[in-house]
Amino acid sequence: MLWPPAICALALVVLPVVGLLVRSDLTRFPSLITSTSSLNALKLSLLTAGLSTVACVLLGVPLAVVLARSGARGVRVLRAVVLLPLVLPPVVGGLALLYLLGRKGFLGVLVTALTGEQVPFTTAAVVIAQTFVAMPFLVVSLEGALRGAGDRYERVASTLGAKPWTVFRRVTLPLLLPALGSGIVLSFARALGEFGATITFAGSLEGVTRTLPLEVYTQAEVDVDSAVALALLLILVAVAVIALARPRALEGVRS
Amino acid sequence: MRRLAPALLALALAATACGSDQPVTATVESRTLTVFAAASLTESFGTLGKRFEEQNSGVTVKFSFEGSSALVQKLTQGAKADVFASADQANMDKAAKGEVLDGQPSVFATNRLAIAVGKGNPKGIKGLADLAKDGLTVVVCAPQVPCGSAAKKVQQSSGVTLKPASEEQDVKSVLAKVQSGDADAGLVYVTDATSAAGKVDKVDFPEAAGAINNYPIAVVKDAPQADLARQFRSFVLSEEGKKELAKVGFGTP
Repeated sequence: MLWPPAICALALVVLPVVGLLVRSDLTRFPSLITSTSSLNALKLSLLTAGLSTVACVLLGVPLAVVLARSGARGVRVLRAVVLLPLVLPPVVGGLALLYLLGRKGFLGVLVTALTGEQVPFTTAAVVIAQTFVAMPFLVVSLEGALRGAGDRYERVASTLGAKPWTVFRRVTLPLLLPALGSGIVLSFARALGEFGATITFAGSLEGVTRTLPLEVYTQAEVDVDSAVALALLLILVAVAVIALARPRALEGVRS
Repeated sequence: MRRLAPALLALALAATACGSDQPVTATVESRTLTVFAAASLTESFGTLGKRFEEQNSGVTVKFSFEGSSALVQKLTQGAKADVFASADQANMDKAAKGEVLDGQPSVFATNRLAIAVGKGNPKGIKGLADLAKDGLTVVVCAPQVPCGSAAKKVQQSSGVTLKPASEEQDVKSVLAKVQSGDADAGLVYVTDATSAAGKVDKVDFPEAAGAINNYPIAVVKDAPQADLARQFRSFVLSEEGKKELAKVGFGTP
């Protein structure tokens, strides 16, 4: 009974990619993806997605633990707020970031006053935009795992005399590893595909802010074949990341 | 579904319109004319559309304003439209090559670049050369889109080389960055700067004459409303149309 809808679901995901493959000119594929602008975009995408994944881990792990373990009132509201970037249209996210960190935004004014630099149009802006949209994926996977596991191990550890930091390091963190692995993969993949917030907040300039998705969009204006080739490259990278990291992440071998 | 319903309705209407060859006198039939037009025509064509509706009772003009290349892509993928107005010759040529046009396109307007700056021109920008100064954040269109190729041409012919902070996908995005204050200046079409008067200031520069954009219009092949399409095309090319286009800064070919 579950087979027909399951097949439909799978087809919905796979067939569009097949459509791209059919449309693409595979003989030109190598030359199209090795152009300077494509390689620059790929490099920038890998760099920024990597950096924003690190940012997601550094900021998202503590947030997930707080959300899952805190008994404070209002935490439920916070949990909903964390999901906001998932439902906001990316362009709206980009505008929101612009109003905060743009030259006229209240935090942006502060940054400019302190450093003399502005945030938009920089690679840092790309990383911020990607972190903004990718972090919920990490927090949600971790928080779910933490709540699923419960806190009995942590309580036992602390009754046995472990200090809070030791409990976090020796008990909470190992419990989290499988979920952390899949959360990392998800946020990296999301950061890699980020488009709307980046183009709105960071702009688009080769080597500085033009990531692979933005390059696809720009190329589509003049040469659809080249845009399709780049789109395939993006898919290849995403699939490679998921295929390489996901199984290990699920088994929790990443340690 | 929401998109499908009007399309089906339009088809049904088109079918009934084709069925009766003799002129209808008693009842006014309602017909929908679909116009694919470059985003920079939003304001002027909006007005022309209303005027056309007033002059032809029962006609509704529906616009799809987008980047010219996106519109060409849709047309070649089989999107139903009656009229196509492009912001440059290159995209009209692409449409012609894709065999989606009926007859030859005609140029109905020209456009040139202008500098958009923040209100009151806080950085005191007087011309193109000022944009090359250090410490200014300048935004242009990507060379892949019409306004960007014009920006490139202007730079080549004037010898002024800009170091843009970003190459945006369309002229409206450039305007938005100037309006938000994140960019000090942007190269946009004179028409967009005119339409955004009050939000940005416009600085004209003589070098813009080196990159004049032609706007061609054509009837789409197999247009559901081919007659109306030809009428609308003539209307845009008429004196009345030219006057309306001139209001937002378009030049005459």
